[in-house]
Amino acid sequence: MAAPEDSDNLNGTGQDAAFETTPGMQLLDQFEGSKLLPNIMHFGRILRSTGMPVGPGKILDAVSAVEAVGITSRRDFYWSLHAVFVNRRDQHEIFDQAFHIFWRDPRLLERMLGILMPEIPGEEQGEQQEPPSRRIMEAMSPKEQEGQQEQEEKEPEVEVEATLTASANELLQKMDFEDMSAEEITAAKAAISRMRLSIDEIPMRRFQRSHRINRIDMRATLRAAMRSGGALIPLQYRRRRKQTPPLVILCDISGSMGRYTRMLLHFMHAITNDRDRVHTFLFGTRLTNVTRHLRQKDVDVALECCNDMVEDWSGGTRIGESLKDFNRFWGRRVLGQGAVMILISDGLDRDAGRGLEVEMDRLHKSCRRLVWLNPLLRFDGFEPKSQGIRAILPYVDEFRPVHNLESLTELVEALNRQLSRRQEGMGEWLQAM
Amino acid sequence: MSEKLPGSIDDTMDLLSEGRYVADRSLATALYLALKLGRPLFLEGEAGVGKTEIAKVLSETLGRKLIRLQCYEGLDVSSAVYEWNYSRQMIDIRIAEAAGEEDRDRLEEDVFSDRFLIKRPLLQALELDINGNPPVLLIDELDRTDEPFEAFLLEILSDFQVTIPETGTVKAEKPPIVIVTSNRTREIHDAIKRRCFYYWVDYPDSARELEILAVKAPDADKELSRQIVAFVQRLRSMDLFKLPGVAETIDWTNALVQLDKIDLDPQTVNDTLGTLLKYQDDIEKVKGSEAANLLEQVKADLAARG
Repeated sequence: MAAPEDSDNLNGTGQDAAFETTPGMQLLDQFEGSKLLPNIMHFGRILRSTGMPVGPGKILDAVSAVEAVGITSRRDFYWSLHAVFVNRRDQHEIFDQAFHIFWRDPRLLERMLGILMPEIPGEEQGEQQEPPSRRIMEAMSPKEQEGQQEQEEKEPEVEVEATLTASANELLQKMDFEDMSAEEITAAKAAISRMRLSIDEIPMRRFQRSHRINRIDMRATLRAAMRSGGALIPLQYRRRRKQTPPLVILCDISGSMGRYTRMLLHFMHAITNDRDRVHTFLFGTRLTNVTRHLRQKDVDVALECCNDMVEDWSGGTRIGESLKDFNRFWGRRVLGQGAVMILISDGLDRDAGRGLEVEMDRLHKSCRRLVWLNPLLRFDGFEPKSQGIRAILPYVDEFRPVHNLESLTELVEALNRQLSRRQEGMGEWLQAM
Repeated sequence: MSEKLPGSIDDTMDLLSEGRYVADRSLATALYLALKLGRPLFLEGEAGVGKTEIAKVLSETLGRKLIRLQCYEGLDVSSAVYEWNYSRQMIDIRIAEAAGEEDRDRLEEDVFSDRFLIKRPLLQALELDINGNPPVLLIDELDRTDEPFEAFLLEILSDFQVTIPETGTVKAEKPPIVIVTSNRTREIHDAIKRRCFYYWVDYPDSARELEILAVKAPDADKELSRQIVAFVQRLRSMDLFKLPGVAETIDWTNALVQLDKIDLDPQTVNDTLGTLLKYQDDIEKVKGSEAANLLEQVKADLAARG
């Protein structure tokens, strides 16, 4: 095993200071003379810089794991570190590559990271380099803002569509959220404040205290009885706790949806931060899970993250393929516990609905309720003619427009309604098929 | 029966094979670390790859009691950790009353004493058995329960202690061997995983699966076993909703042995496909020509290899 002289790196940033406290010192003493401990620390830091959650605690664990197994074979060493550092299956690849590069030549990976990521140094520096955001610029020039407010007042009915005057260019190019002006954001926020989904709560198998006569809570009753020395036994009650089911949103971000995507992202951000157990996916030609990014409290940061993550903005749509990916890799992980699923798409499919029916059927069977939001439905003469739409319609429980505030208000009402059976909300649409 | 914990990875391998469990060295490493450093082992993987089996084998080979907590949604403290025996408590209060017991504090101490405590799996796991050994605690399918219960587990998995408000904190004298399994129907919180050694149990490769069949279904014809493994391995490369696990392979082999088969033929495959595939869509996809096709390839491959 190569043992580099890299004492400089070890005294680096503040986080490493944790190792200089007592437990770290003890370990250092045990490994005195050997370069293994610094190397494991260094390896841990490399993993951390690739985005794996490796904290000081993990590195201490790794050292004790290696100590327990002993360094007899490379394979055992590999799997010992693996058991400590890898927490999820998808981290395996990163670990594997890092391990093989690092434990051959620890310096190599560092050099490679240096080449690949030249802009990573200190945060302050980074902020200086970035141009100030447009919103800040607008905020700095009050005159312009006043003008905008006047404009807004002239338009009392803020339709979602009105705020989204999309240019033809936008459909082709990668969308830049930074260019969203303060005016648009204010309008969007106003709209979004009403776009809250309060899907009907379902009873859980857990209980909470109740003041009405209900099931008797024996434990509380006894404790109450003890308070009076057992002379009186006042009955205490409990009832089932209620909880909103998990919500999964699958949103189409292809070119044909371009005018709505930005609005819908704000909508999804609001919902994701409003309640727990929300999972969000975007798809065009392929599926991207953006749940973690949308959890960012600041909507700009969240959308910026999404923008970086997704590579198929405003391209074609392959609904069937994307749903297949979802069913295969995510369906069983996020659709448990009676999830409600919202599919946002116009149903216009580049693959002309090939393979879509099977996947829709699977999706419909895996969730408690499947709601399809389609902006095309705003046209009065909408007829389910496209192949994609015909393939989706038989498998949804609810089919609703999503193009302005009114339709969204209706959506919230519709979702609050308790339906006794599936597809009850479909009515004429199924007949139209 | 070796009641001592294994002292090296090789010992761990021996221990597992003693319990008729065929394991990769990587799994043995993770298991050895968990045993040696007294941490839970978190096993994740598709259904039917032998996650639960590890806990059973451990309890058997180490001669420890197996305590199993099957998780389900809404699993709560009263069914996982402890419950008070209310009716006995009630009677006790009545008796105290009849005897003219006046001291409220003593009565309370009396009513919330160990006599009235019904211990559920997690509390049982903190106790030693007659020989003074801690048990094996299997927390099965943790992904089926909900987040509140996961959070509750944190205290148990890191400090091996439980707090009962009425009496105090119960701490394990020696920590139990803990195996946590998950089918990944949802992601388990990092806080839990951080306290454990993690291992992803994958489908075995052909050689390993053949080895497993030799141990688990020794009655099967050698040639038949090879055909079965090759067929299943091919199925796993297909685009199916639920791929067959090792448990399904073993079931299928046993089924074929019961039917006195020594050679796979299309008709038999079609008739017994239900033991291998558990979704109607998947069965539809494979049944008939696809199965015949696969079988032909498998036989050609085996013939080519001799």
